[in-house]
Amino acid sequence: MELSADERAIRDGGSGEAAAIAMRILMETAEVMGAPRLLRITRAHIDGCLSHGEAGSAFAELLRSHGGRVAVPTTLNVSSLDLLHPGRVRLEEPDADRARRLMDAYVAMGCRPTWTCAPYQLADPPGLGEQIAWAESNAIVFANSVLGARTERYGDFIDACCALTGRAPAVGLHTNEGRRARVVVRIAPDVRPELLATSAGLAAVGHVLGAAVEGRVAAIVGLPPATDADGLKALGAAAASSGAVAMFHAVGITPEAPYLAAALGGGEPEAELVVDAAALRAARDELGAPDGSHLDAVSLGTPHASALELARILTALEREPPSVPVYVNVARDVLAASDEARLVAAGATPVSDTCTYLVPVIADRGGRVMTDSAKWAWYAPGTIGLRPVFATTEECLRSAALGRVQRDDALWEPR
Amino acid sequence: MKFTGRALVRGRAEGLAVALEEPLSFWGGVDPATGLVIDPHHRRHGTSLVGRVAVLPSGRGSSSSSSVLAEAIRAGTAPAAIVLREPDPILVLGAIVARELYGTVLPIVVLDPTAFVEAAVAATLRVDGGIVETVEPV
Repeated sequence: MELSADERAIRDGGSGEAAAIAMRILMETAEVMGAPRLLRITRAHIDGCLSHGEAGSAFAELLRSHGGRVAVPTTLNVSSLDLLHPGRVRLEEPDADRARRLMDAYVAMGCRPTWTCAPYQLADPPGLGEQIAWAESNAIVFANSVLGARTERYGDFIDACCALTGRAPAVGLHTNEGRRARVVVRIAPDVRPELLATSAGLAAVGHVLGAAVEGRVAAIVGLPPATDADGLKALGAAAASSGAVAMFHAVGITPEAPYLAAALGGGEPEAELVVDAAALRAARDELGAPDGSHLDAVSLGTPHASALELARILTALEREPPSVPVYVNVARDVLAASDEARLVAAGATPVSDTCTYLVPVIADRGGRVMTDSAKWAWYAPGTIGLRPVFATTEECLRSAALGRVQRDDALWEPR
Repeated sequence: MKFTGRALVRGRAEGLAVALEEPLSFWGGVDPATGLVIDPHHRRHGTSLVGRVAVLPSGRGSSSSSSVLAEAIRAGTAPAAIVLREPDPILVLGAIVARELYGTVLPIVVLDPTAFVEAAVAATLRVDGGIVETVEPV
């Protein structure tokens, strides 16, 4: 791999030992990715601040103890604690202490303590064509697809290596060729438009897409032109959970796909796939079908709720007060810009800096929890042992008011 | 049988093979405390990867899999080696960082699709650099 003079200087310790370690790890990973060279990035988003054990802490400590400092503006992903609401996460020592030290290490290296999986909802998101290095699968797919910023599928460790060096491998989704759609996914006419107007319906599309295309870039034809950022967020998060999807094009909606041929970049698709009502119905049941009507809690905001989603949740809760706990995961910045006291008075339990599928917040282990998030439904059984019921946001909040699971099957029927 | 692939992380290891049959996300899919597959959606749910040569088409999903693999290597619950069909930088990174922190090497090799299918039915595999070899029972 070809390095510039600046990059060689970083590797050889000219920017300090931490940057040199980061550059060496970045180079080895870049070789595996097949990158001919590195490129400059304008910002980074680090996922390594979520504690997965000693190794993650040891790595952050290694960089910090060698004087590590981020070279570009860097945001931080969710952590294992909610610092705004002490006691909300029931994490015991020594795990809580380890989680706190890990968070401190990244802040000490100059990262912004944003603690959110939705950095694209913060002020000043990256723009079209901007080269960035983001970790967190849902943030990656949103940045590439919806913002048109360019990031590969980065994860723990390399996120910090990119941030400390200000570089990323010049490969894959950083390049025009890598962003070309390889698969065309058509929404069948039997899918109800009212289903595609819900985040859960779009998440079901993402779930089916992710399982079918694995890591390939897909161009989706047939989404309603009014599909908004929150809907695309739900779709992308689902696709990045069921498959290694890092980018999709929504034809007529996302910035690099004004029409299908543009998304395909002049190439021919390798495969075409039709997603019909039956496939979405099957996805809904795979993600979480109820057994009876028992309901312990509702969890919303995975990925973290936007200001608009938060406002809609508040309106629904004030109209119909919940009779079971309603957890809402939300970035501290978004929560600070809302009326938290009013949200709490309406019956919501806000969770910041982390997420209810990552760490124990919801009381009833083994309990039945309704969610509008395919990502939450996909991971929660394995990570925290909760049993999901997947439904639309409206169904979740209606069920919370009733105190029992109620879903609208008609929405998912073929038209 | 002997297959020549591409070494993503160079090293030597030998162990009972375990074919994962479908992609696996280490994060949410493998418990680093036990080395068991805990993804309830996965066909190999409940299978132990400890000390085995994991034959895995590709990684999947979460970008946190690097940490989980590094933590499993630290805890001694990781596979002995990983044989892939498609290069996976997220898993490679977990192995590189564990090598940097603990000096423990988990070799990762990519095989072409034909060789991958044959390796997936082997009982025991030996990995050395880019070479993957079936080990005959004695």
